[in-house]
Amino acid sequence: MNFDLCEEQEMLQSTVRQFAATECPLPRAREIFDAKDGHDPELWRGLCDLGLGGIQIEEAYGGAGLELLDLALVGEVLGESAFPGPFFGHALAALAIGLGGSEEQKRRWLPDLASGSAIGTIAFAEGDQMWQPEQWGLEASEGGTRIEGHKCFVPHAGTADIVVVGLAGGGMSVVERDCAALDIKESAALDRTRRVAEVEFTGAPAHPLPEGVAASGRVRDAGLVLLAADAMGAAWRCVELSVEYANRREQFGTTIGHFQALKHQLADMAIEVEPARGLYWYAAHAFDHVPDESARFAAMAKAHLTDRAMQVARDAVEAHGGIGFTWEGDLHLYFKRAMFDRAFLGSPEFHRARAAELGGW
Amino acid sequence: MDLRYDDDHERFRTEVQTFLSAHWPPPDRGDDTDRKAQERAFRLKAIEAGYLARSIPRRYGGSEQPADVLEAAIIREEFAKAWAPGDVAGLGPSLLVPTLLEKGAEWQKQRFVQPTIMGDIMWCQGYSEPNAGSDLANVQTRARLMGDEWVINGQKIWTSVAWLADYMFCLCRTEPEASKHAGISYLLIDMKQPGVDVRRLKAINGASHFCEVFLDDVRTPADWIVGERGQGWDVSRATLKHERNMIGGATQTLTYWDRLMRLAERTQKDGRRALDDPRVRDRLAVIEGYVRAQEFSAYRQLSKAAKGEKAGIVQSMNKINGTNTGHLIVKLALDLLGDEGLLEPEAFDPVTSPDVNTAWVARYMQTLGAAIAGGTSNIQRSVIAERGLGLPRDRERDQSRQARRPSQERRS
Repeated sequence: MNFDLCEEQEMLQSTVRQFAATECPLPRAREIFDAKDGHDPELWRGLCDLGLGGIQIEEAYGGAGLELLDLALVGEVLGESAFPGPFFGHALAALAIGLGGSEEQKRRWLPDLASGSAIGTIAFAEGDQMWQPEQWGLEASEGGTRIEGHKCFVPHAGTADIVVVGLAGGGMSVVERDCAALDIKESAALDRTRRVAEVEFTGAPAHPLPEGVAASGRVRDAGLVLLAADAMGAAWRCVELSVEYANRREQFGTTIGHFQALKHQLADMAIEVEPARGLYWYAAHAFDHVPDESARFAAMAKAHLTDRAMQVARDAVEAHGGIGFTWEGDLHLYFKRAMFDRAFLGSPEFHRARAAELGGW
Repeated sequence: MDLRYDDDHERFRTEVQTFLSAHWPPPDRGDDTDRKAQERAFRLKAIEAGYLARSIPRRYGGSEQPADVLEAAIIREEFAKAWAPGDVAGLGPSLLVPTLLEKGAEWQKQRFVQPTIMGDIMWCQGYSEPNAGSDLANVQTRARLMGDEWVINGQKIWTSVAWLADYMFCLCRTEPEASKHAGISYLLIDMKQPGVDVRRLKAINGASHFCEVFLDDVRTPADWIVGERGQGWDVSRATLKHERNMIGGATQTLTYWDRLMRLAERTQKDGRRALDDPRVRDRLAVIEGYVRAQEFSAYRQLSKAAKGEKAGIVQSMNKINGTNTGHLIVKLALDLLGDEGLLEPEAFDPVTSPDVNTAWVARYMQTLGAAIAGGTSNIQRSVIAERGLGLPRDRERDQSRQARRPSQERRS
């Protein structure tokens, strides 16, 4: 029995941490945050050169053949680095094709996704908090090969080459971006490290994934775990940034970290977050090893961790005082990251209700 | 990450099960009247087999097993399933024994360890005083060495089950001229002697678990001191470390959680189970997030310990984490009880008594104690902030570490 990361997993995290610190320190993340499309091709290239574009893609298709836990561990570090770019939607698109695609489809798309030469994304949301496979209403015609209709909150749609689209009945189809039957309208995304867009499919040629109906719930679950992991990383970084600030900022002739009111607030933030790390680990582990508990713990991890992260991000702004309230400071990146993690794929409250249902309550 | 026990541990589990089926319940239990003697006899067998008193050397009556937290977890699980007696509970075995093993003199270990872990003698903890709560180093109980005896005068408070105790391990001021922390010694005192006056306090929940202990010219031999004169503070730190770990386990949280779910199932609200009410469900689901987080956090620490590694800052959060989750649980339970919250519960042990509704009224009050005993939640926050997050220590506390001036001594 070992409820802990192995050495390789710890190395994976430190490699990504090192890469993010060198290639995308917070000043760079802020530039990309403010840039027009929020995507830095060179940064993406670097990430994929580390093999992170296809961690969970089978080795036969050029990936590393690892598990969701490994993917989530990377996601946590990207969260703590407020790392901008299409990693999240890309990972889910690759998972969808890996779980739901035919042999031919996997050979067609996965190697490019694994190398990062193609970017993937998912088009799940339909507005009014309709995120889940059982809520999807977009119909595909001509035997599922042509899509006409609308999706929203599609991550980095503007840079994606391959879009996995959720369809009525819970199935999924792949649309290739260069089919020219997509009308993409950037939304005014709050978290500008992960842009979202509305996508109008205008008779786009689609490739239905034969196992799409069986796979879509799993892809959603994986998405919930990745959001929980991102929230964990972002939240813990909020604690660290606040501690650093408290040890630096002077008022009343001393660093404000001397004041017990602030110390206790910082301790409470840490207490909210750190013990929950194992919750996302277990949810990720269950995805590959404990099928009975996978959906329930994915929902629970998403609900718990994104709620905690949101609160801690708010507390961090408060702990920073005025500078935390500015656009120039670093903190708002994490605050908005937490907002994304909280809302994307459905609210914590929604997933708590699912966790209760799945628990047989 | 691998959540299965390996083959060696599964074999070990089978061994424990075989042992238990042979020895508990005792095959020759007769009329079942002397349960205490049966438990004692069973414990001796279990120690011989290496299942209890595992961290205690054989020469002091333990089974001296290599530290293996997974084996320890298996033993706990299997003993619990068989309702077999585990290691003797109480402050003696959990706090004094590890302290003696770490800091005690050889004769003290020889004399006290075995009878303590067998439950033959009982201890109470003489730490807190009316003016030494969170600021424990402010103890004023005075011990003077007169000839070959310490003569002790003062008052202890919040002493658990002192009326049952044979002995007290106690912090006393022996070096009044020394600085605050360097003036304390750790003494062992016989409770059954003239001058020891135990008065039971009645707590908020009606229980009389805590006592005041007045010490009036109480005597103890000169060598009943653990560590050297003036080292009592460091000796007691070794003990407190064990206390925080003891209170921090996830077991009680999980028990409370299971009982809360049962309460939500059997309680009717608007003509249906409270569990079916969306607001109740949401609150339960919020709480379960904290409960599972705490459970996995315990596994994480167990796994680290199994490898001889430290788990880091999360270890310092166990106590407050359990306290906070406990508060969420009892708050919801009280809301589910409704009118029953108007009535005083019957005399009741919050952990072992049957799971009746009014038990929650008692638990509602009992869990408040968790935020106070063994270091208040605010003290926990300071410890996490200072030692875990690396924030500076409180200036006031640093100042009070300076030498005590005679004028201060007189005032107090």
